[in-house]
Amino acid sequence: MNVQNEMKLSFLSNSVNEAFARTAVTSFFTQLDPTLDELTDIKTAVSEAVTNCIVHAYRDTIGPIQIVARVLENNTAYIKVKDRGCGIEDVKKAMEPLFTTAPEEERAGLGFAVMESFMDTLRVFSTPGKGTSVVMKKKLTSRVRHG
Amino acid sequence: MNIQINASDELVTVYLTGEIDHHSAGEIREEIDRSLESNRPKQLVMDFKNVGFMDSSGIGLVMGRYKLMQTMNGDVKIINTPNHIKKVMKLAGLDKLAAIE
Repeated sequence: MNVQNEMKLSFLSNSVNEAFARTAVTSFFTQLDPTLDELTDIKTAVSEAVTNCIVHAYRDTIGPIQIVARVLENNTAYIKVKDRGCGIEDVKKAMEPLFTTAPEEERAGLGFAVMESFMDTLRVFSTPGKGTSVVMKKKLTSRVRHG
Repeated sequence: MNIQINASDELVTVYLTGEIDHHSAGEIREEIDRSLESNRPKQLVMDFKNVGFMDSSGIGLVMGRYKLMQTMNGDVKIINTPNHIKKVMKLAGLDKLAAIE
C-alpha cells in the first residue's frame, strides 16, 4: 500500500515510556481527522503492544523499542511495534485471551485480545531469541476532508 | 495517577484520577491493598470518573482486587465508568465479576 506519511520512534523499555509512546502515536494520527473513539482505540492498542515489550520481551532487562507509524491510502493507520527481546515460542498460544506468563504481576492476559478488537488487523511476527514485531492497521472514518 | 481513599470497616471507596497503565497500576494496587487489609470492608467501590485512559493493566488491577475482596467475603462495585473504559472492561468480561455503573 502507498505510504503517504511516516514517523519513527525509538525509546528504551522503561515503563514510564508507555504513556509517552501511546500519546506520540495518537498525536501523529490526528492529521487523519479521526473521531475521538478511534483515537482512543489506537491509544489503547499501542499501550498494549508497548507494555508487552516491557513486561515480556525485556522481562529482566531494558532494551530498545521501535515504533513505525504510517498513513496509508484510504485513511488507513499503520503501526508497527518492534522489539529485540526474547521473542515468543508459541505466538498462537500467546494470542489466546487470558493466557499470560506473568500472573504474579496481575497481567490479565488480554493485551493481544484488546489489540485485535480495537484495530482492524493484527499480525505478530516473532523469532525466539531475536524479538517480536506487531503490525496493526485501522481504517479511520475521516470526517470532512479538507483539500 | 492520583488516588484518594475513603475507608470504613463497611466500605472502602477509591477515587482514581489520571491514567491507568502497567506503569501506574503497581502503585495504585499497593495503596488500595493497604486500605483493604487494614479495614477489611464488606465492599470495595472503585470510582473511575476521573480516569482519562485505561488499558488491560486496569483489568488486572480490578480482577486482583476482586480476588482479594473474595477472600474477605466482600464484593466490588465499579462506578462512574467512562464509555471507553467500559469497552475495555466488557471485552475482559469484568461485568460478570463486578457491578459496573
